[in-house]
Amino acid sequence: MANVLAVCEQRGGTLRKVSREAVVAARLLADTRGGSVDAIVTAAPGADVAGAKLGEAGADRVLVATHESFGSYAPEGCAATIAAAAKAGGYAAVVVTASATGRDLAPRVAARLDAPLVMDVTALAVEGGRVIATRPIYAGKAIQQVVLEAPMGVVAIRPNTFTAGAGAQAHGGTVVPVDAVPGEARTRVREVKASEKGALDVAEAPVVVSGGRGMKGPEHFALIEDLAKAFGNAAVGASRAVVDAGWRPHAEQVGQTGKTVSPQLYVAVGISGAIQHLAGMRTAKVIVAINRDKDAPIFKVADYGIVGDAFEILPKLTEEIRKARAG
Amino acid sequence: MRANNCSLAPRTPYLAPLTLHRDHRTVKIAVCIKRVPDTETRIRIAGTLIDETGVKFILNPYDEFAVEEALQRREKAGAGEVAVICLGGEAAQETMRTALAMGADRGVLLKADAIPADGLAVAKALAAELKNGGFDLVLFGKVAVDDYNHQVGVMVGELLGLPVVSAVSKLEIEGGKVVAEREIEGGVEVVECALPAVLTCDKGLNTPRYPALKGIMAAKKKPIEIRPAQLGGPALSVKALASPPERKEGRIVGEGAAAVPELVRLLQQEAKVL
Repeated sequence: MANVLAVCEQRGGTLRKVSREAVVAARLLADTRGGSVDAIVTAAPGADVAGAKLGEAGADRVLVATHESFGSYAPEGCAATIAAAAKAGGYAAVVVTASATGRDLAPRVAARLDAPLVMDVTALAVEGGRVIATRPIYAGKAIQQVVLEAPMGVVAIRPNTFTAGAGAQAHGGTVVPVDAVPGEARTRVREVKASEKGALDVAEAPVVVSGGRGMKGPEHFALIEDLAKAFGNAAVGASRAVVDAGWRPHAEQVGQTGKTVSPQLYVAVGISGAIQHLAGMRTAKVIVAINRDKDAPIFKVADYGIVGDAFEILPKLTEEIRKARAG
Repeated sequence: MRANNCSLAPRTPYLAPLTLHRDHRTVKIAVCIKRVPDTETRIRIAGTLIDETGVKFILNPYDEFAVEEALQRREKAGAGEVAVICLGGEAAQETMRTALAMGADRGVLLKADAIPADGLAVAKALAAELKNGGFDLVLFGKVAVDDYNHQVGVMVGELLGLPVVSAVSKLEIEGGKVVAEREIEGGVEVVECALPAVLTCDKGLNTPRYPALKGIMAAKKKPIEIRPAQLGGPALSVKALASPPERKEGRIVGEGAAAVPELVRLLQQEAKVL
């Protein structure tokens, strides 16, 4: 049997975009061995499960476990419920997303299943019946391939990597209720404080606009925020230097001691390109660099560069992007 | 074949729970640390490992937050003990001395010739060491910046049957109750649990101190116990390690704001990302 379980993530009763990515990755694994894909959702009663169209993404069935305590993330309850479903279903693999919640959940599920966990997976293959997972380590300075040598393994996929390809075949997506295992809650999420900046995170946004020391001060980041807004789907990122200087929050830091990102488009403004920053963004599909110094290392990895003053270039770029998106 | 000792809910702790210190004026904290290559290091590949020649090794940056937090909690309590526990080779003692120089009291090296890629194998070895330690708090860095496994701390908590809060960037502990904040996409989760607990530490939690000369001298005399790590057969093996593919040579579109329309055209028509 080579069936795969995809773990979906919801917030406030709505499935997050990364849930579809987990299903896409699970489909890829299942198809190599003719298996089926079940998606699992843990939520409070009344969650909108149909809205995410998980069948279109490749789920044969959508297992829904509801419990009052699952309204916000319930660490032990969600882990116990998913582990119970994984055991009952005899899956070959469990696919989780390496989101903030997934990074907490996946190790819990793996420990409860006594199964190995591979974190931050960017590619999956099956060879000789075993799952081979590819993942960047040393924050992207090296690429590792690991083989899962156990009957069941857990893989946590990097957001933005397993996006649905063209021609993905729709599957049933039949909703099947399953038992919630609320279990013993040792930790409790008391509150979720929403950030003022909105819900788009630098690790998951399709476009990232990052600023570095070349922005000369925190007050000038309004220019970066304006450009991000013009894209409509962009998050603001920052270099380590500006986070350490207290100009921007750590949540925005891209690089080896921050987040490793793989957006469709990465715009680096006033960032020279220290090795530890490059490690965190080199897997972006397209990189644009804006810097005064034509010899800055960032231009070595950038697909397109503009040499010059960011304060002069950014307003113009914001205006042009706005026009391009309106047109 | 792995032994499967984990039962499902209601969950019986896999290992005996820690005993909580009744005397709250003393606090007993374990910090699990790792020796990693400096983040500024260039990585050269040697087989399925990296070539360590000339590489400078440091205490994992996130573990510094864990050590600092432990020291501050001990100072606040007025008395107590901070033990650093490290799984690694002989050379890891040097890294442990850094934590001892910051102010930790003693070290335990769980000696292993190689650190397995399988995070659960590492977690089991650490859990076996911690289970009878009587710690009020077990701290980890949220991730090690070498293998980015991002799992060992949470697994240890699960194996010990203890509450775990991961990636903590703000922490209050009052009367045996923990209130911790962790960043999630677009917000912050406020999580509570009771002691004893396992926490993994994120940047922002505190500002790690630099070891003072006095601390460095004192660290030389602090005890480090060495025991073999109890590592079972790993369930993961490394097949290959490679350098990331080089990005193809990019181009300078032009200089100043005048180059912006051409850049936008390229993004639309050539890169097709708009």
